[in-house]
Amino acid sequence: MTKDLENFPYVMLVIVIGGTLFAMFCVLKGRSEAAQTVGGRVAHGPAEFPEVFNDPLLGGPPPGGSGVDEQGHYSVPPPPFSEGVFPCSECHKELTPDATVRKLEMAHEEIALNHGGENRWCFDCHNPDDRDRLKLANGTLVPFEESYRLCGQCHGEIYRDWREGIHGRRTGNWDGAKKYLLCAHCHNPHNPQFKPIAPLPPPVRPDFLKK
Amino acid sequence: MNTGTENLNSSPNASEEVDRRDFMAASMGVLAALSLTGCTKDEVEAFLQKNFRELDPEEVKSALARLEADYSERFGKKVTVEATPSRERVLFGYGLDLSRCVGCRRCVYACVKENNQSRDPQVHWIRVLQMDKEEGISFEKAEQYYDPATVPAEGKFYMPVQCQQCREPACVKTCPVGATWQEPDGIVVVDYNWCIGCRCCMAACPYGARHFNWSDPNLPAEEMNPDTHYLGNRPRPKGVVEKCTFCIQRVRKGRYPACVEICPVGARKFGNLLDEKSEIRAVMREKRVFVLKGELNTQPKFYYFYGL
Repeated sequence: MTKDLENFPYVMLVIVIGGTLFAMFCVLKGRSEAAQTVGGRVAHGPAEFPEVFNDPLLGGPPPGGSGVDEQGHYSVPPPPFSEGVFPCSECHKELTPDATVRKLEMAHEEIALNHGGENRWCFDCHNPDDRDRLKLANGTLVPFEESYRLCGQCHGEIYRDWREGIHGRRTGNWDGAKKYLLCAHCHNPHNPQFKPIAPLPPPVRPDFLKK
Repeated sequence: MNTGTENLNSSPNASEEVDRRDFMAASMGVLAALSLTGCTKDEVEAFLQKNFRELDPEEVKSALARLEADYSERFGKKVTVEATPSRERVLFGYGLDLSRCVGCRRCVYACVKENNQSRDPQVHWIRVLQMDKEEGISFEKAEQYYDPATVPAEGKFYMPVQCQQCREPACVKTCPVGATWQEPDGIVVVDYNWCIGCRCCMAACPYGARHFNWSDPNLPAEEMNPDTHYLGNRPRPKGVVEKCTFCIQRVRKGRYPACVEICPVGARKFGNLLDEKSEIRAVMREKRVFVLKGELNTQPKFYYFYGL
């Protein structure tokens, strides 16, 4: 019994020192592993992602410069048709319109309609009699270049903001000629929710956090 | 000779002849000493240059020419340094839509590309903070180094912070040498030739919007943007403070800042606060707008808003 007690302090000392060393080892190991995975270790620069800065939608500066009268100096890229799809009448002149709600199989099968639930169908916006134009709720036909009038029927507040320049992307001059985008340039009309995108890399952490 | 001069000359206390001689001798001595240091004429001129606000038009012209020659040689291409002044009846304001921003950091790197920041050591004028929707705006819990595969991450929102272009800028008040000031169009600028690098402004800024060049900026020649402004994106030396200028080289010529143009979700708005028809005034009229740390009375011209 007394002998056990005599050894007790030494046993405790070994346990404490060993435990401390083990804890330090774990912390240091964990830290070096974190250094591999946690962002902010490498200084990335804009030259690494040229595709971000060469957006074909935006191209060069808009025609007309700074200080010009804004009216009539708005320019917009053409509507974002899939390749070879326009004019629609090219194919559709041969076909009889079929208004039944169904799964499309002969063409356009890639379109997954996810806009306004099950109450929406092609002919709410597309026009069976003139395929090259869109149809407003009151029957007015509008060209694809003016698709915003169609969107604005339901999204009135956003339509107002977009016309005032506070919804959507604009480039060019704050006091003159501008380039703006149609709703469909950013929002797929058949599936308008904005898709998540990959972020550019995080900034470098301050040096004192490095090791 | 008019009598005034004769009076001066004859005054026993003035003894101008001697003073002039002394002065000439002293200045020749200074020039000789400067030439002994091995400095070129341009370097001497740069050293003796006054604060930018005190330069007369001729001196501005020669300062710009000197810088253009220096940068053009250093970067191996034609670099222009302009000093486009602010316009009458223009006060710049900025709007950022927090309900649209997805935290993709396109603005951060577009800013670096446009404004010739150092690549490594890295200087970013825009810092995008990720915050919890449940917490709301909380700088203590904000994360700057987030890096998920895609953004926006579930349950998070994003708040980009850059210079708020205060109407009552604490940085300007604290600068001991007057190297930073607010221009008539509201942009707070730095004269990199006058800045002594004391970093008082960085301590004073409640938004962390000022950045110091701890070592020589590293700017690859092929990446250098040659359209520069004296008070904006011209290459900076080591040991000076720099900050967002709303892309002064662009906006003074009517263009949008680079961060506004690159934003893929159109969350960034810019315009003239004094023009009722401008986009920024539409934001202030239609949306719920607030400024960061309003209780400090810095009165930013950078407005955050909720577009939804």
